Amino acid sequence: MHEMSLVADVVDLVERRTTGCHVTEVRLRVGALTGVLPDAMRFCFEMATAGTRLEGATLELETVPGRIACRTCGAESPCDDHVLLCGCGSADVSVVAGDDLVVTSVALRKESACA
Amino acid sequence: MCVTCGCGQEEVHAHPHTTDLLAIEERVLAHNDHLATHNRAWLERRRIRAVNLMSSPGSGKTSLLERTIAETSGRREVCVIEGDQETATDAERIARAGARAVQVNTGAGCHLDASMVERALGSLDPGDGSLLFVENVGNLVCPALFDVGEHRRVVVVSVTEGDDKPLKYPQMFAAADLVVVNKTDLLPYVDCDLDVVTKNARAVNPGVDVLPLSVRDGDGMDAWYAWLDRISP
Repeated sequence: MHEMSLVADVVDLVERRTTGCHVTEVRLRVGALTGVLPDAMRFCFEMATAGTRLEGATLELETVPGRIACRTCGAESPCDDHVLLCGCGSADVSVVAGDDLVVTSVALRKESACA
Repeated sequence: MCVTCGCGQEEVHAHPHTTDLLAIEERVLAHNDHLATHNRAWLERRRIRAVNLMSSPGSGKTSLLERTIAETSGRREVCVIEGDQETATDAERIARAGARAVQVNTGAGCHLDASMVERALGSLDPGDGSLLFVENVGNLVCPALFDVGEHRRVVVVSVTEGDDKPLKYPQMFAAADLVVVNKTDLLPYVDCDLDVVTKNARAVNPGVDVLPLSVRDGDGMDAWYAWLDRISP
């Protein structure tokens, strides 16, 4: 359940990048090849944000499909399976997209509650 | 104090809370990876090679280290960072085998991360030119995601686990520099084909080295020591 520690990292990251404000929404980009389960992230988010400036915030997850490039045949193709295999049968591939977990943006409460 | 928002920052600073939406675009693992890079630089200044040892529980990581310490301590100092959810059992086993070790208990955590290893390095203080093993928490999923500052990743799998492990846990095997297949002394009693383990490991990690051995009998241990010699400075 690495999602719990990843969510704790999300909270640290957002608290570091925002000053004083209450955070009402966190948007995450989740690559399909990261090995991160969106449902597990949501499950952990409420626990990890309790008592922080993110308490009560919603978590929006955008899933990015995986893409691989084959070193054998040169083709680029979609891949959402963790066994990275090109259509030509080669496993000698590199990941082009879908292997990152990124905090893209946050929504902050505007009013004077930022103290 | 900032007179605009009273947030405790210095007086003049940006006020992200005056906008609804703040773009961040930062990788969640960026902080861990930054610390891992620091760990690697710290180790390199001391000419220390670090091996991250990962496997499911019970594959024989600690036994492999005990035998390695007993048989190679004359060549170079070996130090171990032991990761487990609870107990100091493994660090005590390593100490009895004759090497310095520090235990990291992760509690609910399922893996070691770079900050845990950073703290462990501070208390372990491995000597110049030593070989450092980071024995990760027994788990074939989570540790694959977290760089701890190691130079090589070794996955240990035992023949009793079956030959399909690489296909079931592809991320772990894809990230490995070496796959050790332990407990080969039990091959006559289990349905595990070494050629199939190798084929499956290479299906997710083409060209990865696969090293069958038996910690109990000693078969294949020389090849393991030769691999350690090759990666050492």
